[in-house]
Amino acid sequence: MAHHGDHTHDAAHDGHDDHDHKPSGFFERWFCGTNHKDIGTLYLVFSLIMFLVGGSMALVIRAELFQPGMQLVEPDFFNSMTTMHALVMIFGAVMPAFVGLANWMIPMMIGAPDMALPRMNNWSFWIMPFAFALLLSTLFMDGGGPAGGWTLYPPLSIQGGNNVAFVIFAVHMMGISSIMGAINIIATILNLRAPGMDLLKMPVFVWTWLITAFLLIAVMPVLAGSVTMLLTDKYFGTTFFSAAGGGDPVMFQHIFWFFGHPEVYIMILPAFGVASEIIPTFSRKPLFGYQAMVYATASIAFLSFIVWAHHMFTVGMPLGGLIFFMYATMLIAIPTGVKVFNWVATMWRGSMSFETPMLFAVGFVILFTIGGFSGLMLAIVPADFQYHDTYFVVAHFHYVLVTGAIFSIMGAVYYWLPKWTGRMYNETLGKVHFWLSTITVNILFFPQHFLGLAGMPRRIPDYNVAFADFNMISSIGGFAFGLSQLLFAWIIIDVCFLKRGQKATAGVWEGARGLEWTLSSPAPYHSFSTPPKIDDRMLAHGDVAH
Amino acid sequence: MAAQSAGGYYVPHGSVWPILGSVALFFLLGGAASLINDDSGPGMIKFLIGLSLLLVMLFGWFGTVIKESVRGMYNAQVDVSFRLGMVWFIFSEVMFFAAFFGALFYARHYSVPWLGGEGDGFATNALLHPGYEAVWPTNGPAQVGGPFETIPAWGLPLLNTLILLTSGLTITLAHWALKVGKRGALVGWMWATVALGCLFLYFQGTEYVHAYQELGLTLGSGVYGSTFFMLTGFHGMHVTLGTIMLIVISLRCMSGHFSKNQHFGFEAVAWYWHFVDVVWLGLFVFVYVL
Repeated sequence: MAHHGDHTHDAAHDGHDDHDHKPSGFFERWFCGTNHKDIGTLYLVFSLIMFLVGGSMALVIRAELFQPGMQLVEPDFFNSMTTMHALVMIFGAVMPAFVGLANWMIPMMIGAPDMALPRMNNWSFWIMPFAFALLLSTLFMDGGGPAGGWTLYPPLSIQGGNNVAFVIFAVHMMGISSIMGAINIIATILNLRAPGMDLLKMPVFVWTWLITAFLLIAVMPVLAGSVTMLLTDKYFGTTFFSAAGGGDPVMFQHIFWFFGHPEVYIMILPAFGVASEIIPTFSRKPLFGYQAMVYATASIAFLSFIVWAHHMFTVGMPLGGLIFFMYATMLIAIPTGVKVFNWVATMWRGSMSFETPMLFAVGFVILFTIGGFSGLMLAIVPADFQYHDTYFVVAHFHYVLVTGAIFSIMGAVYYWLPKWTGRMYNETLGKVHFWLSTITVNILFFPQHFLGLAGMPRRIPDYNVAFADFNMISSIGGFAFGLSQLLFAWIIIDVCFLKRGQKATAGVWEGARGLEWTLSSPAPYHSFSTPPKIDDRMLAHGDVAH
Repeated sequence: MAAQSAGGYYVPHGSVWPILGSVALFFLLGGAASLINDDSGPGMIKFLIGLSLLLVMLFGWFGTVIKESVRGMYNAQVDVSFRLGMVWFIFSEVMFFAAFFGALFYARHYSVPWLGGEGDGFATNALLHPGYEAVWPTNGPAQVGGPFETIPAWGLPLLNTLILLTSGLTITLAHWALKVGKRGALVGWMWATVALGCLFLYFQGTEYVHAYQELGLTLGSGVYGSTFFMLTGFHGMHVTLGTIMLIVISLRCMSGHFSKNQHFGFEAVAWYWHFVDVVWLGLFVFVYVL
């Protein structure tokens, strides 16, 4: 690790403003700022807004599906809603939320003053609102927004109207943002750790983000390449995905899912990290099997590169390919199982308490595991022939993404909100939010397993009357889940703007360990302006003797 | 205290360039999208506004960084952060090219043979594309873009390979001159590298004109034309960018911005240049020779 040289200290006096204090103006601070906490806040606020936007689109879908028959919207707009809901939730809600958490927490967790490349950090964030302005503007164009599904499969996707070019350029912008964000996170973790914060002493959240950042840099450019080929196929006469010219539409699916599968883990590995922070705190025990957690994360990341074709078992592929991708996919259950068992073992005989973050973390472990198991079912080739493109798949990935990724993000917000704001949130409301969310999300998604097994296809605005009852139940759950999230927004507003709630101590939680809890609440503007002394006993986990 | 926190960590002051860059990208890409849709709207104006803002941003941002660097505001730790940033940026570029190489390999080893009746493609070939034989190069069963000829590897492409390899040598000689403090040699070798980059681009341009005007080989010549022009085209764009970077670095060498021990800007561009060099070797082997 490189450390600052004292000789540069004096050289750096250039007469600009004083940076131990916040920038004075609103524009300077929020638009031109370089502070990791401010940028983290921007990411989190943006993500919450996009979560509500994407959620509204989901409610349009669930309203249309409340009863069989066409009720509210045109079929093309319905398809546009499914497409946009996915793009907004993946690229606008889940990914920026985790980048926001990374921005806030990583410097505090490794004993750094800020991110390694603070100005690029600002750019990473500020590309996002513009990218989404470009994406969402397509909804107001002649011909409407993209309606071929978020996977943008040709030939359907490039038969859309003018929206195609806008969607593709918006994806390019999101890619640039993600790659810069990931580079920044890697540089920060590798270069800015305080002396004594060895790699195998880092909090698991930092580890999961290091590996996630690697995945992002490896696969976002592949997505950029694949959508660029779509663009040239539509507008410039190339035939990558047209059999007439010797290309193949299936080729797009291979390239897309080479990005798409690691992308799935990009959205879940940081969630694993969050659970690995929260569970030890409220179990009042160190994380069980710290090193196993790190190696399991790395194994999952490695496997994510060799399983992509399990998304396309029904598309037509040599038998050897089917078998390879089936077994490779099943292998992922092993490191994932290691993680689940380690969380359970961490809780085993701990003196547990169930504040809201812990409720979300435990909910995460249980409900994510359900999504994991349905994933194993989908990995089995002959079974997948039946399940493919049905609501069973929809149920599966919403269990891993909503009760997985998003539950962990909410847990993380409750866990660290007192550190960010210096005030405790309303614990009663938090618990109400958890139970409302958990009950309604299961009413929303559990019946979709049955619908899928019975054969209801996804991305269709109308359906056989045989599916009516479960769809109605699912829609009721959907609206209840959606409305419950307004409570989440209220709890945050209550803490951040109304400033009610007790003042938080530095430690916040009785069982909390780690560098971030040694800083005051709210944390100082520059996290660690001098490298902290690392006291191994204060680390929640790591390669230390317990 | 400027741009530096109490413990000696470097934390840069705020900057207007990132937000300007975001606005620039928004106009540039939004305008480009309107343009390729043949909109009668103000696509070109938006595109030009975006392009101008992007250029202003690039000049401004790099200008700020160069100024701060020359003032010695960047300590050893910042240097490592920059290096990590550049290495991982180049890795992301490698993965971008990997997508197009992947398309090339997939077309050659799977889609074209299947269309020609190999393996499970028997019925497809017999029923949909009777008489189509899987050979490479191809523009597919529909002969998209009409008949074409390919560019032989052992003419201009070989010359361009030698040019780029030589430029890799000249930039290394420049680096050596920089490290031993011979500014004359440094500047000479840098401009030699720039000249070789320009020569490469000139020949590449000649080759494209030849392909379009005499060989009938265009971007629309089926999957061969698609992979050929997208791979060599994106490489050419990277060589163009690399050459511009080399020119900036050469000017900075002449202004004495770099010292024997501290010259990360130089090294970053050298790494980038070697990267475009290596990509070209992949192109030469897989696009032209094989």
